[in-house]
Amino acid sequence: MRTKLLVLAVALLPVAAFAAGGTVHLDKASVDVSNKASLQRGARNFVNYCLGCHSAKFMRYNRMAADIGITEQQLIDNLMFTGERPFDTMRIGINPDDAKRWFGVVPPDLSLIARARGADYLYTFLRSFYADPSKASGWNNTVLPGTAMPHVLWSQQGIQEAVWAGEPNAQGDVSHEFKEFRLAKPGTLSPQEYDEFVRDTVNFLVYVGEPAQLQRRSLGFPVIAFLIFFTVLAYAMKKEYWKDVK
Amino acid sequence: MGSTSQTPQAGGGRLAALTAWIDERFPMTKLWKEQVSEYYAPKNMNFWYFFGSLAMLVLVIQILTGIFLTMNYKPSAADAFGSVEYIMRDVEWGWLIRYMHSTGASAFFVVVYLHMFRALLYGSYQKPRELLWIFGMLIYFVLMGLAFFGYLLPWGNMSYWGAQVIVSLFGAVPVVGDSLMEWIRGDYYISDITLNRFFALHVIALPLALVFLVIAHLMALHEVGSNNPDGVEIKKVKGPDGIPLDGIAFHPYYTVKDIVGVGVFLIIFSLVIFYAPTMGGLFLEGPNFEPANPLQTPPHIAPVWYFTPFYAILRAVPSKSMGALLMGAAVVLFVFLPWLDRSKVKSIRYRGPLFKFFLTAFTISFVALGWLGLQPATPLFTNMARVFALFYFAFFLLMPWYSSIDKTKPVPTRVTYHAH
Repeated sequence: MRTKLLVLAVALLPVAAFAAGGTVHLDKASVDVSNKASLQRGARNFVNYCLGCHSAKFMRYNRMAADIGITEQQLIDNLMFTGERPFDTMRIGINPDDAKRWFGVVPPDLSLIARARGADYLYTFLRSFYADPSKASGWNNTVLPGTAMPHVLWSQQGIQEAVWAGEPNAQGDVSHEFKEFRLAKPGTLSPQEYDEFVRDTVNFLVYVGEPAQLQRRSLGFPVIAFLIFFTVLAYAMKKEYWKDVK
Repeated sequence: MGSTSQTPQAGGGRLAALTAWIDERFPMTKLWKEQVSEYYAPKNMNFWYFFGSLAMLVLVIQILTGIFLTMNYKPSAADAFGSVEYIMRDVEWGWLIRYMHSTGASAFFVVVYLHMFRALLYGSYQKPRELLWIFGMLIYFVLMGLAFFGYLLPWGNMSYWGAQVIVSLFGAVPVVGDSLMEWIRGDYYISDITLNRFFALHVIALPLALVFLVIAHLMALHEVGSNNPDGVEIKKVKGPDGIPLDGIAFHPYYTVKDIVGVGVFLIIFSLVIFYAPTMGGLFLEGPNFEPANPLQTPPHIAPVWYFTPFYAILRAVPSKSMGALLMGAAVVLFVFLPWLDRSKVKSIRYRGPLFKFFLTAFTISFVALGWLGLQPATPLFTNMARVFALFYFAFFLLMPWYSSIDKTKPVPTRVTYHAH
């Protein structure tokens, strides 16, 4: 047992580091959580396209409304569809057993996904779906090959096909030979519009990961300004006292 | 030392009367004088002497924030992760308290490592400060325990697997290894039971031990007196009043100086809390924002940065039990420094080139091993870790040799100090 665990811990390291995406290139998300318009669009995208399957069980609706700058009435009218109350958290009605039967896995809660994976990961992931008839859902993804998630946003992005420099290997893991995407069928959004659409959504997820971050950054300045003032005074006091020390 | 002063000072009025009343029943003024206002510290203590008082500050921060975290945290496998997020989102100022505590953990190690490095620079562990040094090392061991137990509490996936890996190190103990692991976990794997006992150890057992050790550390310090950058015993040269000529009262001189250190420290501390609380994954790791999952290892298991020098040594050794043994030795060897060091000189200012070489090599190795411990163990990195580990151990094991033959410089009788 002990040897097994140690071997596991030590041996997994190099393997896992490569599996963790040393080879997958991630695009910069460049999100800005202080951009309230972007957060509002992201919230709209999230409740319309993500919240059907993915919960954000630590995020309260009314806190979200206050932070992204909408009133409670706007929240109820535009972002709440299934009879929750504004102080509820963003849970979902999907039965985990059903989800498991439909997708093979229970769709993960997204409260902290941006903190766990990073904005760049999410931004690249949501733009890297491609049609793959060999998969049950008909979709695959270069960032997370073999993902159980279908391309929910295909009508916006259109249908992408992957262009390979080499042949996919037997496991269908093609990330090493991936060359580029080709838009086989345009969606309702242009590629630039789709990138913005995803960026807003990821921006919202970054906010959801740590709602206090807006408050955190704005509080930092006065606190540090005070501490600098305090330190200058303390230094002057030290100088005064130490005049005696010869 | 002055009299225990049971007479109120002139013009003191009611406050002085109260002081006198207390002093007849409790040695308040006596303690204050002995430990603070008439404790004479060398006047030449420099930058490196800030970190002792800063460690005390961080201890207070950790205890206070810890109390408030405990009010809202739930030590159960089902609720722990959610309760931490509850603190981060729904508890008034919970995010600030939590970030102060998580940043405080790393800050504790930063200041303690610098504090220990100061002891290496100026030979503060040498006679007559052996016990002072040993109490300090015990504090460091308790701190490592606190950090390890505390890291499991958020019940994130890195918490879970980190605990799994570290507990499995005890499996390297011959014969009783497996039973020992079971005994530590209280279960066959890291479970709710493990979480509960780690919580108990983190919030009461080790903090209690830590506070007692800190008191012992300070008592030992005030008994022998502070060392200084010259490694000169200031008690050897006293004035007619019995006060060391190179000594100045801790209060007010070092209290006002330490307050400046506190200010600078708090500025840096606040920069981290308000602008980089995860420190790019160094203080709070990404995988720990996913709940503990016994079925899925994080892509890359690495301990938090303050353990990585030892972790790199563990990984550098091909034999697992030998690796665990060397890792333990890397930590414990510090305790023996007072007896490994045969030099007649304390401070690096008067030491010879051999000590300077080995200390420099050790310092570089410690930092490099810390970095390597965060990286995946590729063959190149593993070989690098082996070289650095060699220098790391050479510092300790060759010390009896190089410290006794080193060409030292003459030590002055008085400290060097330039008034400014």
